[in-house]
Amino acid sequence: MSHDTTKKTKGLFWHQAVIALLLIYLFLPVMATLLLSLAKEWQSELVPHHYTLQWYVEIFTDVRFISAMGRSVLVSAITVIISLMIMVPAIFVIAVYLPKWEKLLQIAVLLPFAFPPVVTAIGLIKIYSSGPIAISGTIWILVGAYFILILPFSYQSIRNSLRTIHAKDLMEAAEILGAGKITAFVQVILPNILPGILISSLLSFSLIFGEFVYANLLVGGSFETIQIYLFNKMRTGGQTASAVVITYFILIFIISGFIIKLGRWKPKEYVASTIAKGGE
Amino acid sequence: MARTGSSKSKIMLMALVPLLIWVFAFEIIPVFQMVVMSFQNSDGLGFTLDQYYKGLTTSLYLEAMKNSIVISINSSVAAMIIALFVAYSITRFTTGIRDQLLMVSNMMTNFAGVPLAFAYMILMGNNGALLLLLERMGVEAAGSFDLYSQTGVTQLYIYYQTPLAILLVYPIFYGIRTEWKEAASLLGASTWKFWRYIGIPVLLPGLLGTFSLLIANALGAYATAYALTGISFNLLTIRIAALVSGDIFPNFQLGSALAVILAIIMIFSLVVNELMLRWSRRRGT
Repeated sequence: MSHDTTKKTKGLFWHQAVIALLLIYLFLPVMATLLLSLAKEWQSELVPHHYTLQWYVEIFTDVRFISAMGRSVLVSAITVIISLMIMVPAIFVIAVYLPKWEKLLQIAVLLPFAFPPVVTAIGLIKIYSSGPIAISGTIWILVGAYFILILPFSYQSIRNSLRTIHAKDLMEAAEILGAGKITAFVQVILPNILPGILISSLLSFSLIFGEFVYANLLVGGSFETIQIYLFNKMRTGGQTASAVVITYFILIFIISGFIIKLGRWKPKEYVASTIAKGGE
Repeated sequence: MARTGSSKSKIMLMALVPLLIWVFAFEIIPVFQMVVMSFQNSDGLGFTLDQYYKGLTTSLYLEAMKNSIVISINSSVAAMIIALFVAYSITRFTTGIRDQLLMVSNMMTNFAGVPLAFAYMILMGNNGALLLLLERMGVEAAGSFDLYSQTGVTQLYIYYQTPLAILLVYPIFYGIRTEWKEAASLLGASTWKFWRYIGIPVLLPGLLGTFSLLIANALGAYATAYALTGISFNLLTIRIAALVSGDIFPNFQLGSALAVILAIIMIFSLVVNELMLRWSRRRGT
């Protein structure tokens, strides 16, 4: 037994070393950016000698930066909300009442993997830059494209949530107890899939926040998102750009924190799994 | 179901129509439009294979295809190797630490594209901090490292593929139960024999699937290389984007043909994966 434990701790040392190397590898670029954003100047020294917050003051007093942030938040929020309003009822109806359609939905959801943004952008530019729906260069073409971009993630998480709570059994139970379909959906299904939906919304939000390809090809300068702003800043002011990157990183960090918190959170009346177990 | 009246099924269809319209408007019709354009001449008329001919005979575009494929394979192999070690190590920790490490990986998948290109410029660009450090430590090769070359761009691809590879490989490793190892060793199997006859056959389908997803992920990528080198680094996605954006005079038809070629390469890699998956499932379990 004691031999076993020493073997285990010895083994653990190597695993700790692997993880430590990974963390250094992943965080080194972030650390370098953080140093640059806090440095008064950093040319050819190993580490900067004087530190300052002036680059952060500069971006947070820059109207262009604030507006770019605002635009990114706006386009992410609009897309995520529309996506929820359309996807939740659609996936619910297919999962519970029209399982034959599921295959078709899965194909639509998988298409973005075969056609990356660079490819889809060509058709989008062509169709929406003239003609009856000339929305190229506006926020709406981005909302349209981003909806498709987050489709695989929203589908997967809403579908999984419905599966975990055994939506079909829950609906039957609610209807036996006298609830109408709509009431059952709103009062029984929705509260139970809320955590899963919130997690996917946050993931989608951060995905859109970091999106550059569509933003660059479909709207470019006429609707400057935070990624486009950063891209432009990179060429002119290195240190302000580093402050933008760190701000962006902190935002991802906060969103990730929310995702963990939500992942652990369960509604107080969370009884779906016990009902399902009883039924099986 | 029998109680469902026709008005109820109308409500159900109403729930599906918006999704249907959206998918058609922003996914199916644009892709269809692109395929149509790829068969038109440069004035957007007629039916011709000229664009494909141009795409498959011009050395600039052939080189772009080669670069895209090479960089995708190299970065995917490297990220897979890192992920194999890391994911196996992660399974050795307690649940709490495990969750945190997966969360870090998840967070780092967001650190790609423009911010990543910028961070690497600071680290390994001209006068980059890490290069300076390595040079002072006596690593001669650091002096000649060029971030804007193929080797350099590959580094960035490996970086952003690694957290994704970990997230995909970890659940596969998690499927290997410690009890299996104990049972195998009780029956007299060595560690090597365990991996040869049980471990690898169980892991293989999942690993192959992960590999082809990484390849597809790298093939379609654009932002990272574009932010780092502009249009000077020759990748298929960069050529396509340059043809349809204002950088040079646009040629949507040629861009479409290249895009169709890219999509075919990506679908090909996904199909090969599917075939290998079936094959290894038959042989493995």
